[in-house]
Amino acid sequence: MANTHASADADKYYVPHSSQWPIVGSIALFTLMMGAISYLNEWGGSWVFLPGVALVIFMFVGWFGTVIGENQRGLYNLHVDRSFRMGMMWFIFSEVMFFAAFFGALFYARNLAVPWLGGQGVKIFNSIELWKGFEATWPTSGPGHVGGREDGSFDVIPAFGLPAINTAILLTSSLTVTIAHHALRQGKRNILTAFLAATFLLGFLFVYLQAHEYIEAYTELGLKLSTGIYGSTFFMLTGFHGLHVTIGAIMLTIIWLRVLKGHFTPQRHFAFEAVAWYWHFVDVVWLGLFIFVYWI
Amino acid sequence: MMSTPLSPPHAEAPALHDEHAKPHGWRRWVFATNHKDIGTMYLVFSCLMWIVGGAFAMLIRLELFHPGLQFLDPTFFNSLTTTHGLTMIFGAIMPAFVGLANWMVPLQIGAPDMALPRLNNFSFWILPFAFAILLGTYFVPGGAPGTGWTLYPPLSLQQGDAFPMTIFAIHLMGISSILGAINIIVTIMNMRAPGMTLLRMPLFVWGWLITAYLLIAVMPVLAGSVTMLLTDHYFGTTFFTAAGGGDPVMYQHLFWFFGHPEVYIMILPGFGLISEIIPAFSRKPIFGYETMVYAIASIAFLSFIVWAHHMFTVGMPLAGELFFMLTTMLIAIPTGVKVFNWTATMWRGSLSFEPPMLFAVAFIFLFTIGGFSGLMVAIVPADYQYHDTYFVVAHFHYVLVTGALFAIQAAVYYWLPKWTGNMYDIRLAKWHFWLSAISVNVLFFPQHFLGLAGMPRRIPDYPVQFTDWNMVSSIGGFVYGVSQFLFVYVIWKCVKVPNPVGDRAWEGARGLEWELSSPPPYHSWETPPSPAIVARGAEH
Repeated sequence: MANTHASADADKYYVPHSSQWPIVGSIALFTLMMGAISYLNEWGGSWVFLPGVALVIFMFVGWFGTVIGENQRGLYNLHVDRSFRMGMMWFIFSEVMFFAAFFGALFYARNLAVPWLGGQGVKIFNSIELWKGFEATWPTSGPGHVGGREDGSFDVIPAFGLPAINTAILLTSSLTVTIAHHALRQGKRNILTAFLAATFLLGFLFVYLQAHEYIEAYTELGLKLSTGIYGSTFFMLTGFHGLHVTIGAIMLTIIWLRVLKGHFTPQRHFAFEAVAWYWHFVDVVWLGLFIFVYWI
Repeated sequence: MMSTPLSPPHAEAPALHDEHAKPHGWRRWVFATNHKDIGTMYLVFSCLMWIVGGAFAMLIRLELFHPGLQFLDPTFFNSLTTTHGLTMIFGAIMPAFVGLANWMVPLQIGAPDMALPRLNNFSFWILPFAFAILLGTYFVPGGAPGTGWTLYPPLSLQQGDAFPMTIFAIHLMGISSILGAINIIVTIMNMRAPGMTLLRMPLFVWGWLITAYLLIAVMPVLAGSVTMLLTDHYFGTTFFTAAGGGDPVMYQHLFWFFGHPEVYIMILPGFGLISEIIPAFSRKPIFGYETMVYAIASIAFLSFIVWAHHMFTVGMPLAGELFFMLTTMLIAIPTGVKVFNWTATMWRGSLSFEPPMLFAVAFIFLFTIGGFSGLMVAIVPADYQYHDTYFVVAHFHYVLVTGALFAIQAAVYYWLPKWTGNMYDIRLAKWHFWLSAISVNVLFFPQHFLGLAGMPRRIPDYPVQFTDWNMVSSIGGFVYGVSQFLFVYVIWKCVKVPNPVGDRAWEGARGLEWELSSPPPYHSWETPPSPAIVARGAEH
């Protein structure tokens, strides 16, 4: 059904002739990182971070805008579509491995580093000499009682409070996005828009509740990023996850806006599927977090 | 059913027709989407970084020529070893392989370009910025990082302003590598010409397919690890601090979970290159094609379960040391398969020794030496002696210089006529080979002796009994370093001086790239090659 030009080239793989967006992206990342470096080194140029952020947003809007435009003009055949799909899958795999590093740190600390500090096995001299009286338990802020409240104590967030509610929220949102996907494939636009909206609203609700939880952790529980290894693993894992949920919810919102504009057909809707995959990915990571960080 | 709601038809006409135009001037490079242009940029960039990293190495050998502190401040010396490593790994070897992949993979599988051309440009252009930050550390208070490329805490947490710069530079290099690897996998999986089945692909393509998978699996782990360093330094986390329940050794585990596959990232594409060149100059198909593929895959799999052999002396439980020793030794099996297959390919072949073949044969000998010393350091009790000595330095330079770098130079000499359409000066290239092959052994072989005698690595000064072999090593180093300008000159001359060569520059060369003109058209395989051509190119 594409127009004449596109159908004439339907078997041809579309190769763009040149693009300014990658170099804009490179300069954006460079600016962003120089801003962060200036901030951390107290060079007094940390304002550079802000144009960096602006450039990154500009790059994403421009790059994806170009790609969406080309797609709407029918330049992409199914072959190109498959490249995008594979690219997204491998990107998600790289994200999985990023989280694996932090889960690895959690498991190593819990099962090896902390017991060793408590004098387990051949590391018995730790309890005799180095860290006398340290009982290896979990959660812990280490033998030095690093961080926490004034007296070095801290409390953890019980799994079956807010985290369980958040689990329900994310699982529900995975369900709603799947319903939206089925609706899209059957051409039921009203169900699609409603359930997609429900998905990103649930996503933002999750982020809101996580923020609420963080505030409680900092102000009442003595649980901070600096609260020893428990605080480090807790906040780095949940923090990066929260960041990914935020990004995912923004992507869902953009997809929703595109649905409202009439993009996507029951057959061709790679962007929708890519975002749905991403959403399932943050969901699965959350299940890992709920089990290993909050629960056991 | 191609359809999407249609926009006005007049909108897309220009884009469709402009895609054939070849852009000119700086735009051609900065806005590039053409795989050949991007490949060229990668190769030129890696050559520049190679010269920078090489200059660092020359300074190191200069200081080590003689015991005592002659020329360099020890802090500066530490910065040199660190940036030499980071620059050579992330700036020279890896981008050179990516450049070769960019140039050759689409040609070899019959694809019109890389699958994601804009992303390809992004992968490249991140790199110059990353190295601007990394090399910029020389100009900030505290100087460049002096930790070694591994950035072990707690030392790395005590660096000056260079610390966050190094971390963010590594993040940028990681983003570049991941995006590049995604592109290469997608290209290989989705862009092959009809008839180019997986087990018909050239072995260079196979090597890169598996390498790209390794990259996507481990670069994010490096990103996570250095992020933990960053938060430990600035935001109060205690991942690597015992008082908070963390462990500095945990960094080493995380780092080497990345680091060991990374080592194979720097050699598997080289294996692929050697597997292209040996058959071409033996005028025989590769011996045991499928076993070559399985060997690469096995090495890649094993690379994930051997990492702690880099840390035998940190005090791991005995069971762990034994596990990692045995898995490490397993790698000798698939690697041995490859070495024997290359040798068997040459057996009763009609051999000729043009520069690519010279480098490839030298690779087989010298890489194998690096492989054997690798087996030595894999033995736990023996490694207590070898660890952190010059023996290790000798080992990994045999693998990376006479391994990875020789493979890259062999590939450049193999495909340079294809890229430029000109034959290069064979006589000069042979001079380059013999000077390199001899001097590189003078440079690195004595380092085995130094290490076995107990000379530690990463020191600017040493006891006098190590003087002789250090002098020999330095002399070898200077000769090797100077010889490399011949390489650059041969390439430059080949680009500038017309000396036209046929489509099939080497009579024994097989593969789709040789079915194209030399140089190939700006856009090649816009229509896929016919099954007959694919079959002819895939004889092995």
